[in-house]
Amino acid sequence: MANMVNLTINGIAVSVEEDKTILEAAKHLHIKIPTLCYHKDLCVAGNCRVCVVEQVGNHKLVASCATPVAEGMEINTNTLKVRNCRKHIIELLLTEHREECTKCYRNGHCELQALAAEYQITNQDFIDLVPDKNYTIDMLSPAIVKDDSKCIRCQRCVRTCAEIQSVGAIAVAHKGSEMKISTFFDRSLDEVVCTNCGQCIVHCPTGALTEKSYVENVWDAIADPDTHVIVQTAPAVRIGLGEELGLGIGTRVTGKMVSALKRLGFDSVLDTDFTADLTIMEEGTELLTRLKRALVDDDPEVALPMATSCSPGWVKYIEHKYPEYLPNLSSCKSPQQMFGALAKTYYAKNIEVDPENIVSVSIMPCTAKKFEANRPEMKDSGYKDVDFVLTTRELAVMIRQAGIEFEKLNDESFDSIMGIGSGAGVIFGASGGVMEAALRTAYEIVTGREVPFDNLEITPVRGLEGVKEATVKIEGTIEAWSFLEGVELKCAITNGLENAHQLLDAIRKGDKFYHFIEVMACPGGCLGGGGQPFPVDNEIRLKRMNALYEEDRNLPIRKAHENPEIIQVYKEFLEEPLSHKSHKLLHTSYVKREQY
Amino acid sequence: MTTTAAKKQLHRIDLIFKHEDDCKEILRNAFSRSDQEIVNEMVNSGLKGRGGAGFPTGLKWKLAAESDEKEKYVICNADEGEPGTFKDREILSRVPHKVLSGMAVCAKIIGAQKGYIYLRGEYKFLVPDLNKELGKFHDILDDLGLDFRVEIFLGSGAYICGEESALIESMEGKRGEPRNKPPFPSVRGFKGKPTVVNNVETLAHSYTILKFGAKKFRDLGVKDSRGSKVFSVSGDTPIPGIYELELGMTVQDFVDDFSDGDCKAVQVGGASGFLVPRKRFGKTTIGYEGKLTGISLPTGGSMMIFNSSRSMYNVLNNYLEFFEEESCGQCTPCRVGCQQLLKGIRAVKRGEKPASYLDQLLKLTETMKLTAKCGLGQSVANSFSSIVENFREEMIY
Ligand SMILES: Cc1cc2nc3c(=O)[nH]c(=O)nc-3n(C[C@H](O)[C@H](O)[C@H](O)COP(=O)(O)O)c2cc1C
Ligand code: SF4
Repeated sequence: MANMVNLTINGIAVSVEEDKTILEAAKHLHIKIPTLCYHKDLCVAGNCRVCVVEQVGNHKLVASCATPVAEGMEINTNTLKVRNCRKHIIELLLTEHREECTKCYRNGHCELQALAAEYQITNQDFIDLVPDKNYTIDMLSPAIVKDDSKCIRCQRCVRTCAEIQSVGAIAVAHKGSEMKISTFFDRSLDEVVCTNCGQCIVHCPTGALTEKSYVENVWDAIADPDTHVIVQTAPAVRIGLGEELGLGIGTRVTGKMVSALKRLGFDSVLDTDFTADLTIMEEGTELLTRLKRALVDDDPEVALPMATSCSPGWVKYIEHKYPEYLPNLSSCKSPQQMFGALAKTYYAKNIEVDPENIVSVSIMPCTAKKFEANRPEMKDSGYKDVDFVLTTRELAVMIRQAGIEFEKLNDESFDSIMGIGSGAGVIFGASGGVMEAALRTAYEIVTGREVPFDNLEITPVRGLEGVKEATVKIEGTIEAWSFLEGVELKCAITNGLENAHQLLDAIRKGDKFYHFIEVMACPGGCLGGGGQPFPVDNEIRLKRMNALYEEDRNLPIRKAHENPEIIQVYKEFLEEPLSHKSHKLLHTSYVKREQY
Repeated sequence: MTTTAAKKQLHRIDLIFKHEDDCKEILRNAFSRSDQEIVNEMVNSGLKGRGGAGFPTGLKWKLAAESDEKEKYVICNADEGEPGTFKDREILSRVPHKVLSGMAVCAKIIGAQKGYIYLRGEYKFLVPDLNKELGKFHDILDDLGLDFRVEIFLGSGAYICGEESALIESMEGKRGEPRNKPPFPSVRGFKGKPTVVNNVETLAHSYTILKFGAKKFRDLGVKDSRGSKVFSVSGDTPIPGIYELELGMTVQDFVDDFSDGDCKAVQVGGASGFLVPRKRFGKTTIGYEGKLTGISLPTGGSMMIFNSSRSMYNVLNNYLEFFEEESCGQCTPCRVGCQQLLKGIRAVKRGEKPASYLDQLLKLTETMKLTAKCGLGQSVANSFSSIVENFREEMIY
């Protein structure tokens, strides 16, 4: 155990571990010190200087986020000197910042705005620096808008992109007054290694990084009487939307969400959980096929481990950074894109609407899905499979605009078909969920028995750890799968691309071997996605995660292959997993991309 | 004041540049003594860092020596970026062996096997000679049985990379941005290991101390400012150049020696230093006496003389342009503060802001001093307040 250190903050004694900072010690005493560049997820930068405090005996102020506690330290967080300096710093930030709060995407959710309000910055003594800055707004990416005029240079995005995601698409360029957050040769985010994961957005304190919004396009589609607007909702949206609309973190709002979507005017309100189940059928079969080729046919060409492909940020990461692993990616489209392909074929036929007149909208916890929907190959239905992707936050915007009192809504059910999802589909929203869902189905296919875990809960694959491992010994196989008898299926689950990078390197070096890996680009999986509510940290992710597992526990069907609609869609349309039709509509391929 | 009046000659010292080729002897002797003895010698000499911050050198070495880490480093800071400073270049080209000897003794005491000279990019022309010198020096170390090697690292031109933690970041291949302190480099420096960073001149002085003993060094200078210091003298003087002088002189003594009689002010310590107006020449001494005399000696010991034709507004404008560009840009008070100061004095000059706006800017510099992350942002207040307070009317009209 770490040694304890005694200090006082504002005259109150406190004892904390020696590796804590002044900021953390103050938290113990319920003393709030304002911060901007600090974020629990990231290494300490200490560059905004908003968190400065007075240390008795030190003429200068110290940054509380970056200063370790020490024995006998006397700290004051609220002296005249501290307040004056803080106020200056906030004022300075505002002079570099294009102040158009009422026209800003982050209006009401901005940390700078909140701080300015807290410190009652009502005057503008200093000179407005914005007119002389050649600020640019990068709107070329289909997912992310980068507006330099809102940037306060806290580098949270830079640290996120490098530390959490090991992508490094954005970095600090130039120095002095020219210092800015930039990309490789200042290219658009659309033309660099950016994975569109949006983690920079959820870590940005201001409106400098936001999602590209398609709210107006969706309103237009809804308003058009000749258009049939279908909406699908990803698993993690139902545990994030409530949070965004002011209910508690981790509140499950599936029924209210459906009800709100119907009130908004969507013609068909369907569930991505359905195609999550479908993914399990396709991907599980693909895995078993690969295993068979490796174990029975001794085919040296078969790429193992097979990696999940439902996280478009992860897919693009591989395309940029590890193209040699492209064959390892499952050929399955993500649930969103499977849904899109079916919506304008199978579903259109079902409801007897010309797919030409269908607009397909998806609500995602994710910004990379906006990019994914725009990939040129995602047109297997003969149309753009998914027309518009909205984040959880954008859906909340629509609900507020529509004047819907969300918390008062009654629960409603999804339309059918493509409206039923199993518990296995729901947990796709959490890191480890795809693995757990796949194992629930694959194990049963191979052995005829349920996975040997209490209540189907495969706990080793759950949680927020960077890399989780599980080994499942396959025993008592049924005839058709006897080649798997006694095989120890080795699996790994990782979330956050930095962890994925570590995992891939270990695999590449030969330190690790797995049959199947699940990778989610965002920390915690989709529940911590780039389209989810601000703010986020592990405490919040865990609450959202628990909510997802609770949702699973409460569903009548918890295995993908038992979903009656899945059985029906195969019977009526797709025939069987990996069938010719499945291949055409539900599977895809990948491309190698540039390194920078 | 007239130039013909009899002048009190300043005490010119000839220690640093005096040619001596006994460095092997000095090192042999030093290595035969206990580490503790050498540390005491350094502490007793009163030597303070000549790179600007004036941190006691003996203490710095002692702190690094106390760490149990196996891997440690010695870095000679030869980034010399302060405008008006050019003495490190001179020392490195004329008496490099003294600098290297200082590094070797430091390495021996703290237990470092590797040293670097972080050389300002513009001084690339020194590299061939320095490498030759290094070859000879490594042979001496081999003869004496010290496992220590020095390598040259070429900087790439940013002023901020002279700040020790930014210097280390840049050596690690990262962007040259100052780190949070603590921890200081002597605890966690290059590659996270204890690292002593010393200025070129500091290391050269340590040679003098080893050769002549702490006492001889201590006998020079005053109370908290011991020894001699190499000054880069420039500006309105008939005799610009490099001079080694005893610490503790008044600015008046200095001006009497170096000015042609027409001297309105002296900037001590470069852009990050202070402007001393004529009325304070007699009361200001050059040294590390802290608040007592009002003047410390930031980076390098640059002395820039301004005659009556110089506009102090232009001087300040130049300094602020320099800072606005050379701030690494990471921290708010420095990055934005510098822009505000520069735009602010221009606005006052043009009449777009009232004269009283200067007082607001003075308050801003106080915030910068208190809250900036590193010495750069913290010291902008020095020249700003000393110029604005003493030459306010020149700022306005
Ligand atoms: C902006 C800035 C620039 C600096 N540039 C130099 C430099 O060029 N050379 C130098 O020796 N020290 C420079 N320093 C001081 C170093 O950070 C450090 O204090 C010094 O190298 C320590 O050596 P010393 O104790 O021997 O003086 C600079 C400091 C700051 C804040
Ligand atoms: S004070 Fe200036 S140079 Fe130093 S860290 Fe801050 S911005 Fe960078």
